[in-house]
Amino acid sequence: MNMMKQMVTARRQNYWDLRAAGNFIGGGTGVGLLVAATVALAMGGENYVSLLVGMASLSLGLSLVWLEIGKPWRALNVFFHPQTSWMTREGILAGPALIAGGCAFWFQSVSLAVLAAALGLAFLYCQARILKASRAIPAWSNKTIVPLIVVAGLAEGAGLFLAFSTPSQVFILAVFVLGVLLEGLHQVYLFSLKAKKAPAASLECLTGQVASGVVLARIIALALLAVGASGYDAAVVAGGVLLTLCGWTFKGLLVTKAAYTRGAAIPFTPTRGRSQAKAVG
Amino acid sequence: MTRYVMVADLRRCVGCQTCTVACKESNGTPPGVQWRKVLDIEAGQFPDVSRVFVPSGCQHCSNPPCMEVCPSTATGQREDGLVTIDYDLCIGCAYCIMACPYEARYKVDESAFAYGDNPTESEKLKAKDFPIDVATKCTFCIDRIDAGIAKGLVPGKDPEATPVCVQGCISGALRFGDIEDPSSGIAQLLEENKSFRMHEYEGTEPGFYYLWDKEAPL
Repeated sequence: MNMMKQMVTARRQNYWDLRAAGNFIGGGTGVGLLVAATVALAMGGENYVSLLVGMASLSLGLSLVWLEIGKPWRALNVFFHPQTSWMTREGILAGPALIAGGCAFWFQSVSLAVLAAALGLAFLYCQARILKASRAIPAWSNKTIVPLIVVAGLAEGAGLFLAFSTPSQVFILAVFVLGVLLEGLHQVYLFSLKAKKAPAASLECLTGQVASGVVLARIIALALLAVGASGYDAAVVAGGVLLTLCGWTFKGLLVTKAAYTRGAAIPFTPTRGRSQAKAVG
Repeated sequence: MTRYVMVADLRRCVGCQTCTVACKESNGTPPGVQWRKVLDIEAGQFPDVSRVFVPSGCQHCSNPPCMEVCPSTATGQREDGLVTIDYDLCIGCAYCIMACPYEARYKVDESAFAYGDNPTESEKLKAKDFPIDVATKCTFCIDRIDAGIAKGLVPGKDPEATPVCVQGCISGALRFGDIEDPSSGIAQLLEENKSFRMHEYEGTEPGFYYLWDKEAPL
């Protein structure tokens, strides 16, 4: 039987826009800040304000989702399905993470900050799984999306943390390593998308000019952090902010521009009249 | 146990979209929303090309990914396999739309009509009540099925208890019925013909079968 190639019918989803992307951006950065601040506190720092900024970022992300949903006054229904829905789980974890973070700030408690960071990490994991469970969008349901989104969130928050703190050299190097890890995961993700034959339009978007700019900017950010680790504070701030902006831009692209469906697919054409059935690859 | 499924015979479908129109007329779906649609798929390279009309819509999967992700439990599943949406529970997050591999779900944020700002006479009957800001999809005409069963009719056999797209199909390409009933028309069609289901590798177990050739004689 001859093998035919089918025309692509993939199309870009247009239900989740920048507001939805804002949840992944705000949530990721917020959790990253919570974790970075907690690590800094555990290392003897005194930067409790970062906890507040992290919580504000997380809350802002959730507020954007609230603006996106069709029935915002029914938002509490989001808690109804923890058995299988990662969105419910995300919602359930957000409150305790924020409360623990608030208490950590109020009581200046490292232990509570650790609790807030742990809950935040679970929240971030749920966000990543939300994308993974989106089976209509191959660019999201790829198995490498989970570590990518988690590490991206941590890198965004840690990068922003560098902008309003006086981190130790070890901390700067840790953010540098996080950035390298993120870049590696980004490349693995792209490789996996190609291997799994993700929609060509998604690949075009994720390897296009803007996406390439993100990779280039991230490499510059890493270079700045490497320079900054030897004592140049301005380079640390610039590198950190650039690392954060790279993450935001990538998530914006991923959620709004690269989100193509797989489209319909038929494995066979039908027998019709004198035309014989053929396999479609 | 009853399991309602739909069968589309790709050898018979001529892409006339009568099913699409019947669905729109019956359910009052606004412009841009097609619970039942017929995809026009091309395959091959000139001169060896093929054009296939593929009726599509909600596949009423046995393992519906939309139900798995739904945070509000608005999406449910009946014992007869039909996947439902409770419009009063749905928060309109569109997560189910992202989870459906068949692009069967829709959400509209305002009323719209086919011709301008005002509904036509037929739209006045149903389109004005179309749910806004929540997820919607093909129901397999669940109201017709339930009303028919209540009257002792058999869905897929008796017109009154059968989805309107199947009723409207001019070529007999669309069929409906209980796959668990060996005497039903669709059970026999599936036994006598080769069939596939779309994106089967997803493990969703769709309740929508496509016939493409006769089963080879033994």
